[in-house]
Amino acid sequence: MPQTGAAKPSSLLHKQIPIVTRSVKGKFRNFKTAVMVVAYSIYFLLPWMPWQRNSAADQAVMFDLESRRFFIFDLIVYPQDIFWLAMLLFIAAALLFFTTGLIGRAWCGYFCFQTLWSDLFILIERMIQGERPARLRLMKQPLGAEKILKIGGSHALMILVSLWTAITFAAYFSYAPDFVIALFTGHAVEAAYITVGVLTLTTYFAAGVIREHVCTLACPYARFQGVMYEADTLAVSYDSKRGEGLKGRTLPIIGLKTRDERQEKGHGDCIDCGFCVQVCPTGIDIRDGLQYQCISCGLCIDACNNIMDSVGYPRGLIRYDSEKNLSSDQPKPARLEWKRVKVIGYATALLIAAGILLYNIGTRNDTDVSVQQVRQPLFIMLSDGSYRNRYQVHIVNKTELDARYHLSVRGIPASSLDLGSLKEVRVRAGKSLIMNAKVDLERTIAQQTEKFEFVVTSSNPDTAPVVVPANFNSQR
Amino acid sequence: MSQDNNTNTTKTTGHVWDNDLQELDNPLPRWWIWGFYITFLFTIVYWLFYPAWPIGNNYTKGVPGLNSITYTATQPNGEQVEKTTHWNMRSKFMVEMNELQEAQKKWFDKVAAMPFEDVQKDAELMQFVNSVGKTMFTDNCAPCHQQGAQGKIGFSPNLADDHWQYGGTYQNIEETIVAGRNGYMPPFKEVLQDEQITQLANYVLEMSGEPHDAEASKAGAALFRSETAACFYCHGENAQGKIQMGSANLTDKIWLWADIPGSKTDAAKLAEVKRVITGGLNRGVMPAWSGRLSPAQIKLLTVYVHDSLGGGK
Ligand code: SF4
Ligand code: SF4
Repeated sequence: MPQTGAAKPSSLLHKQIPIVTRSVKGKFRNFKTAVMVVAYSIYFLLPWMPWQRNSAADQAVMFDLESRRFFIFDLIVYPQDIFWLAMLLFIAAALLFFTTGLIGRAWCGYFCFQTLWSDLFILIERMIQGERPARLRLMKQPLGAEKILKIGGSHALMILVSLWTAITFAAYFSYAPDFVIALFTGHAVEAAYITVGVLTLTTYFAAGVIREHVCTLACPYARFQGVMYEADTLAVSYDSKRGEGLKGRTLPIIGLKTRDERQEKGHGDCIDCGFCVQVCPTGIDIRDGLQYQCISCGLCIDACNNIMDSVGYPRGLIRYDSEKNLSSDQPKPARLEWKRVKVIGYATALLIAAGILLYNIGTRNDTDVSVQQVRQPLFIMLSDGSYRNRYQVHIVNKTELDARYHLSVRGIPASSLDLGSLKEVRVRAGKSLIMNAKVDLERTIAQQTEKFEFVVTSSNPDTAPVVVPANFNSQR
Repeated sequence: MSQDNNTNTTKTTGHVWDNDLQELDNPLPRWWIWGFYITFLFTIVYWLFYPAWPIGNNYTKGVPGLNSITYTATQPNGEQVEKTTHWNMRSKFMVEMNELQEAQKKWFDKVAAMPFEDVQKDAELMQFVNSVGKTMFTDNCAPCHQQGAQGKIGFSPNLADDHWQYGGTYQNIEETIVAGRNGYMPPFKEVLQDEQITQLANYVLEMSGEPHDAEASKAGAALFRSETAACFYCHGENAQGKIQMGSANLTDKIWLWADIPGSKTDAAKLAEVKRVITGGLNRGVMPAWSGRLSPAQIKLLTVYVHDSLGGGK
């Protein structure tokens, strides 16, 4: 069987046979489709979800760069919470390592944006241009109305999807309904047009034009996932012992149709139909063994199982299995080997990081206060010999309501705090304010005081007072 | 994979070293060649829009009118003129400065329209005063008064403490900035004996709670109020200074001219005070800022000195 469609090694400098995949039915395909439906529903609908808010637009998830707040349902994230982002990235990395160590490139095959959008665009191609043979025929056809219409049409649709993908992305950064209207009436900000333009082009280019090359040439994760594989890792594998037998795979010609006949003559179960190659989105032949191009999408498993069913051989010639099990003399049914140092290590790191993040989010105070002492000069002597220190008190109101804040001191006489004629300050919802505070201490008290505390009390009864330590300097 | 690297058909330059080292003669990739040509086109476009080639003491300025830049400049006499030139970085900077002034204008206007006391009560406006005042203070005042307004003994007063020779109210401070100040104390070396100066110095030290000779100080106190030395004319009967003339308060712990905090021994302290009385002062000069800063800027700076630096009364 000619292997049209199988890719040559990736290279930008050489012309390559385009990959035209065949569609397939099966449980991995169903799973992929399910992930796609869920992921797309979330991505495309989330910006449109309303949420009651006091100090910003009523949008459930909005990354408001202008007011420097990220709204995620009832959680509001401030720039001071950047630590959470670091934690989140760490968790993502640990999760990636954990799953890869266990079941290989599950991220690549089922969840990665590149895979999801490529899958969608392949679906578009199939809907407009037809199944693989029809598409191959169309490609060979001389340029004509049908070819232009079908190929042009599918690319036009891909560009439209890319455009909506880009608009959706940008809609996360402002109030979506207003934004989309502004975008189409030409009133959106310049940055919005640039973002939408760049994302439309890159989405179309990555998922519609270069497709698997992103995985094989550009993606850093694809490059280092190899280190996370172990002999026990489950990966999409071709059981070559069973498939090849002693004399190799062969077509089911007369005399080699049943399993018994084949085994008698030394041939394996692979009937060399090439379906596993035709369905592969990266255009490789899984029968050549584990390859860096394989994104572990499982479609070849579905393809092969369907063929096995139709010729009446047992399923699982291509399956999720470990290198160790496959090379053993008596392969057992594949199972998840999680009792390994690396896997348990990744899981522990994952749990610890997630715990820290959740604890941090749960215990965050709605008032953020930092006190900076004016250091130039550290202290000032006043005419009666007492000492003055100056501070800048930075108060962040992390609630959704304007609040008044009262500043007081602890550990030194209350009267030593001088705020001018300001008794309280109002800080708007989600905003911050810097206050000047002076502390004057009599010479003897000053010389005994090294530390004291600022106490910031909010007018909002739900917010606990914040106590911030401060230093007092004088000539000792 | 190997079929792509079929070296038998690869073109070489024909040079061979050591019998087997050959130089391949592959064409450059097409994308590279095109990128190279595009850079040529780019330079031509660039010359049309931007200053490029040096010619003698001059340079090409791009096609006139294609990429010009307009900004408003303030002449030394305060007049505002609009200028249009070919594109250049300096003008670009001016444009950005214009934009900055435009952006700050509404805050300056707000400060200018408010009584001093109310500015301080508006915490948000004070944030603007803090940040803009800090820059203005650094640019104009810090060379003498130091970055943190702590001053320098023997040179410039501390603006963060509570002592104000010329008064520490908003009005006093504004007046000081607008018109400047000129501090003066006559030298007493011709008028008084060295012993008398020692007595006066002891008295000055006593008033500030520094170590002193009680006997000499007593004589100094009398001398202070006598017509011979006539210190009280300027410093006042109670030696607390007079705001109208900017004479120092000699009874507090703050020293501007005699470096008492920096003197380690009692003798050194005495010598410092004596040095000031003997030689007098004519260095207490603060320049006037009325011509250099706009009234709105001066007002903002006044609030900054009074409230942000925190010494105001
Ligand atoms: S290789 Fe990279 S881009 Fe491709 S599916 Fe995997 S993660 Fe996504
Ligand atoms: S070899 Fe199989 S699992 Fe790997 S990418 Fe191709 S179809 Fe997917």
